[in-house]
Amino acid sequence: MVAAGRQSRPAAELRVGIVSVQGAVQPHAAAITRAGAAWTRVRHPEDLDELDALILPGGESTTISKGLERVGLYEALEAFAQSGRPVLGTCAGAILMAREVEGFPVRSLGLIDVTAVRNAYGTQVDSFATVAQGELEGLRAIFIRAPRLKRPGPDVEVLARVDGWPVFVRQQNALATTFHPELTPDGRVHAALLELARKRKR
Amino acid sequence: MSEQAGNGNGGAGDATAQSFELKVGLAEMLKGGVIMDVVNPDQAKIAEDSGACAVMALERVPSDIRRDGGVARMCQVEIIESIQRTVSIPVMAKVRIGHYLEAQILDALGVDFIDESEVLTPADEEHHVDKFGFRSPFVCGARDLGEALRRISEGAAMIRTKGEAGSGNIVEAVRHLRTVFGQMRSLQALLPEEVPARAKELRAPLDLVQRVAETGCLPVPNFAAGGIATPADAALCRSLGAEAVFVGSGIFKSGDPAVLARAIVRATTHWDEPEELVAACRGLGKPMEGIEMETLSESQRLANRGW
Repeated sequence: MVAAGRQSRPAAELRVGIVSVQGAVQPHAAAITRAGAAWTRVRHPEDLDELDALILPGGESTTISKGLERVGLYEALEAFAQSGRPVLGTCAGAILMAREVEGFPVRSLGLIDVTAVRNAYGTQVDSFATVAQGELEGLRAIFIRAPRLKRPGPDVEVLARVDGWPVFVRQQNALATTFHPELTPDGRVHAALLELARKRKR
Repeated sequence: MSEQAGNGNGGAGDATAQSFELKVGLAEMLKGGVIMDVVNPDQAKIAEDSGACAVMALERVPSDIRRDGGVARMCQVEIIESIQRTVSIPVMAKVRIGHYLEAQILDALGVDFIDESEVLTPADEEHHVDKFGFRSPFVCGARDLGEALRRISEGAAMIRTKGEAGSGNIVEAVRHLRTVFGQMRSLQALLPEEVPARAKELRAPLDLVQRVAETGCLPVPNFAAGGIATPADAALCRSLGAEAVFVGSGIFKSGDPAVLARAIVRATTHWDEPEELVAACRGLGKPMEGIEMETLSESQRLANRGW
């Protein structure tokens, strides 16, 4: 008996890897399946072969960071991003993609020119849901012990904000949200990831 | 913070209560991780450095509660606060079953999860805490599906099978996991008109039983606790369906806590990869002493607390 599958196998055009060291893997897998793509779990560098896109899910960034170190995934993820394939990081995943991490530092990949501040809103009792402002109209965003993104560089496109703070950003093939698009039925963030993957394939 | 839980079980109308979606959301984020019992900031730091996804602050670990006896209560406020200052990962703490005042104190401290736990001495032998009215989410123990659904109907945002805390013996955790998952599987085989009778048997609300019959899983994340002492124990619980594990006395009662903590984290992530498990099992110090279940009387079994 297994708690969760390790991949889906539809005859899909795109295959998305989900880093499965710790955190909310299944909600992302469900969102990718709903969007018509296939997913597979990523726990070792060789799992990245033949993927069209990658997701760094939410979870505990310290735990995920230590897990990535242990199996040598940091270097492999850097190489994956440099190949031009798109990467989406949510919450802890956004922290791991930032150029710099403040508060309680963890090693990050530096894929997006922002400073991530961990636990910037407080503890779980300060978690909240709201509607973000930006291109995606009516985007409902759930923030759970969320980080804040500060000082976006000139190459960073801010796609959505809450109270003036960037909550959805893009730099070339790297997308990051400080909220959890995988926990709501709104599929537009995952669709944006798949669209980047499709464009690259053409 | 605007939305209410919606199950109508008390707490509604309390403007400070947090929505069920946000509470379950944090439980989702803890999946695949290890939550470690700690009694001071130094242990909390070791847990965080070892890759724990959260720590559980308590006054004494279960094996010491078992040895020393007496009434076991909520952890001292100063200890919780010093642990909150020390680590960046979520901090949980335990309250006695039914002790909603201890729960209000933890809620005011802003702890990330409250464990209404059978490991502490129960404060109310009839009623559990109405968990909807709080900002902090709750986790509760369960031995079977009915108990799990009763706790969820009271507002629990996470279930952990109870096992037998402080025993260093995995047998009860296995029993409770097999019971919960077996009961869920057998529910799925029922015809719709047969579900109400089963709900009665389970002593659980019909709407929740119907939901499990449809989906085949609990409406909240389902973790395991009680007796996990080795990496292999953690992997076994994951293999039986637990989405994360709580480790109590096992780590800080072992010969080398930091090494064992890292090994259990590794085994929890890579539970279905035998080569990783072999690596996790190398170089471990002496594990905690275990207790044979036969030597525990019914009244010494912590899992029997709660109803």
